[in-house]
Amino acid sequence: DDEVFSSNEGHERERHRGRRRDGDGEKKKRKKRRRKEAHRAEEGEDEVQTRHERREREKRKRAKNDLETKGREREEEEEQVQTGSGKVAKTKKNTKNEKTRRRAEEGEVEVEERIEKRKKKHGSDNKDEEVRPERLTPEELEKLKEAVDERKKLIQSLRGKPWPMKKKLVTLRESQEFVEKYEGALGKGKGRKLYAYKVMMTKKCMKFQRDFENFKTACIPWEMKIKEIESHFGSSVASYFIFLRWMYGINMILFGLTFGLVMVPEALMGRPYGSMPRKTVPRGEETSAMDFAVLWDFGGYAQYSVLFYGFYNNQRAIGWLKFRMPLSYFLVGVGTVAYSYMVVIRTMARNANESGVGDDNSFNFSWKMFTSWDYLIGNPETADNKFASITTSFKEAILEEQESHKDDNIHLTRFLRVLANFLVLCCLAGSGYLIYFVVRRSQKFALDGLENHTWWERNEVNMVMSLLGMFCPMLFDVISTLENYHPRVALQWQLGRIFALFLGNLYTFIIALMDEINIKREEEKIIKFNITMWEASLYNGTVSENSTAPSITINPADVPRGPCWETMVGQEFVRLIISDTMTTYITLLIGDFLRAVLVRFLNYCWCWDLEAGFPSYSEFDVSGNVLGLIFNQGMIWMGAFYAPCLPALNVLRLHVSMYLQCWAVMCCNVPQERVFKASGSNNFYMAMLLVILFLSTLPAIYTIVTIPPSFDCGPFSGKNRMFDVIHETLESDFPAWFSKVFSYASNPGLVLPFILLMVLAIYYLQSTSKSYREANVELKKKLQTVTFHLALVYFCTFEYTLNKNINATLLFLLPFFMR
Amino acid sequence: MGTTASQLDKDLLSEYQELTFLTKQEILLAHKRFSELLSKDERNFENTRVSMERILTLPELKSNPFRERICHVFSTSDQKNGSLTFEDFLDLLSAFSDSATLEIKSHYAFRIFDFDDDGTLDCGDLEKLVNCLTGETDDTRLTTDEMRQLINNILEESDIDKDGTVNLSEFQHVISRSPDFVSSFKIVL
Repeated sequence: DDEVFSSNEGHERERHRGRRRDGDGEKKKRKKRRRKEAHRAEEGEDEVQTRHERREREKRKRAKNDLETKGREREEEEEQVQTGSGKVAKTKKNTKNEKTRRRAEEGEVEVEERIEKRKKKHGSDNKDEEVRPERLTPEELEKLKEAVDERKKLIQSLRGKPWPMKKKLVTLRESQEFVEKYEGALGKGKGRKLYAYKVMMTKKCMKFQRDFENFKTACIPWEMKIKEIESHFGSSVASYFIFLRWMYGINMILFGLTFGLVMVPEALMGRPYGSMPRKTVPRGEETSAMDFAVLWDFGGYAQYSVLFYGFYNNQRAIGWLKFRMPLSYFLVGVGTVAYSYMVVIRTMARNANESGVGDDNSFNFSWKMFTSWDYLIGNPETADNKFASITTSFKEAILEEQESHKDDNIHLTRFLRVLANFLVLCCLAGSGYLIYFVVRRSQKFALDGLENHTWWERNEVNMVMSLLGMFCPMLFDVISTLENYHPRVALQWQLGRIFALFLGNLYTFIIALMDEINIKREEEKIIKFNITMWEASLYNGTVSENSTAPSITINPADVPRGPCWETMVGQEFVRLIISDTMTTYITLLIGDFLRAVLVRFLNYCWCWDLEAGFPSYSEFDVSGNVLGLIFNQGMIWMGAFYAPCLPALNVLRLHVSMYLQCWAVMCCNVPQERVFKASGSNNFYMAMLLVILFLSTLPAIYTIVTIPPSFDCGPFSGKNRMFDVIHETLESDFPAWFSKVFSYASNPGLVLPFILLMVLAIYYLQSTSKSYREANVELKKKLQTVTFHLALVYFCTFEYTLNKNINATLLFLLPFFMR
Repeated sequence: MGTTASQLDKDLLSEYQELTFLTKQEILLAHKRFSELLSKDERNFENTRVSMERILTLPELKSNPFRERICHVFSTSDQKNGSLTFEDFLDLLSAFSDSATLEIKSHYAFRIFDFDDDGTLDCGDLEKLVNCLTGETDDTRLTTDEMRQLINNILEESDIDKDGTVNLSEFQHVISRSPDFVSSFKIVL
């Protein structure tokens, strides 16, 4: 039916085009004159216009009347012929569109007619007449403005109309002409210059926006690489790389913040290396400070640099800019977390809008039919794979549908599932204990002195965590075969368990770290005592207590140093991330690349077909990789406050990962045979990211709020708590009333009601969304019954009019009794 | 009104930008790829039509099971032979582009799946659809029983007015709830 309409419209347009062809030549001349002589030409223009417009007006009116009668006839015809109510709905919608368009045209025609009449009334002065808006009544002005606005809206919406390009071009040019013609006219009279200026600015603005959008799309990095992967592997593998790129963007911003506002000011304006005890390598460590092994562990010169917390001085303002270093350090730490929250929540909201309600299972088969083909596939091998996977999924879905009506042996399945969960819990507990044990052992080794132990013993913690991360998921996979779930559900369980594993490991690690922090704090007290003794011994006997001591120059390297737990925490996180990265890359090279090389070359001299059977080429594990990325980011968020170098490290890591994994995927992997995504919507991974963000900032916040900073290192040394820096800034740098306002605002009496209000708002929004969802279901049911009744009515009318069948008409009374 | 030798007219370019969801670079790239399909002397004519066989040599369309339907849907030729002009090609890319709206994608998807062009998806259309999706080889086809079961399930889910066919509004309703549709219904040069 769409085509019937479009062909009719096409004929109409051709008729118009035919009539305007003689006006075409005039139009071109008009355009030229407009460009050369702006003001004078208007009058000459209008003369030509009035003549042509009168002709066109009449012809258009005639055409419109023809169309109306034809449209009405067509409608009646269609109602008679069709029985399906769906079609009626469609024609109704089409006629509605026609009607609005016709109304718009009518409005324009009316206004133009009135302008014509006005000109005619003022007699023979036609040629000198201009369309002066003062001559039009305000309501006509309004109508003209409305018509112009409608045309503008039409232009905006042309993109989204399913018309062929020719038709769109014609409509665009027509509408643009109309708008140009009358917009100028509207602008005359009062505020003419302002109106014209506004119009010009909006046009320029739109053009600028369009150019900016073009520029932005051109700037996106790695677009070609990802497109290539999309065409070979489909959109789910590509979604991992798109996620990686998005993470890279976030890390760049975090890097910008920490580098620009923390590391660079300290490096440029802070006191240089070697000027203070905290900025110098202690005498005892000097000999080994340049060793590669020590540097790789981030000790030695790397430890006493801007990379870690301990280097920073607690001077309130540094350099000639009076840059507030401690304040900046604190605010950057808070800012990175705040920015991350904002970005993740914004992306989640955007995804939720696009994908509608999300996990709906009511259209399983239809979705498989209509949305399973991936149009990005450009490779025949991938296409074959996709065909096979679609066939399998159809067959499985049909089988499942049949089997869901059966209900066998539910007790055995339940028992097996409980058993599987119990085994998984045992695994998790075991891995947690193992990590705790290993961290304690490493503390013991550290006390003995690290040189006495082998490489394995030194790096035990990191290696154990990485190995657990590699092998436990495989174990979970094996255990899940007991459970006999649908693959999509099984995948969700698997991801949930891996999530729990990583979280458990991370938190055990942190708890072990807390123990070390406490040990260091105990040490502090002892060392403080030792330092006072040492200082006393310096001035031993040279001067009495009351006079000021002459400054004895002591090399900062020789001063006894207090322990710095913050730097230690930063170092631990950096080491963890480095070892995690190394493990990932090595697994990639061995697991994927070496395996592919072996399968490819040993296949010539092996008994069975290596490529088809075991081991064959590996598939790209999307969910595993995404989880790895998310946890990596969690560790960054946890450690970024104590080691400002972490975002920089992560940017480097993601950059290398992108290239390495793109190469590995294209070279060593094959497309997945069965494509099961963890969930339909993208929000599953975003939700996990949000949870990780929350859980990783928790330890950092706890340490900031409860533990007093070390006395001998970092920008907060000497303060009671790290956030005291805010208090100090408020008191000293801001006017007095500011701190008073702040103290009122942080009063619990104000904060608690605010929190209560937010909880109430959340509850209200939750209940409204639930009620909307229920209303949706109700409406769907109603739609079914209504269309059924409508179908019945039309059927009966059809029967009656064609066959004068009385019995059928009685049928339509049935629904009213059925209620 | 059409493409000149090897350069796209500036005004025309901005009009195309206004009327499609493509950016300027994408339109220029499309122009380049389309000209590569033409022979040397054809490039000098305006508004040349390229036959369906040549369009289907494009790698983006070659492996697509719906390639012929796509050409037929976007073609404005009078002989209904699936040949495309450059403007039809732009329409195609615009409907399949990243920024196209759900309405336009679902509208064109409906027309692509409507094998007999009658405005509804009936059992014959659905059957041909399934056969396209499962590949052309015999061992991947579904048996008649499975096919019947599948089509029944689909009609049960999507056919709201129970007339045995899926019309445009029912199709759009089903598609709008799908989270995968917009990301999979994409072709990029």
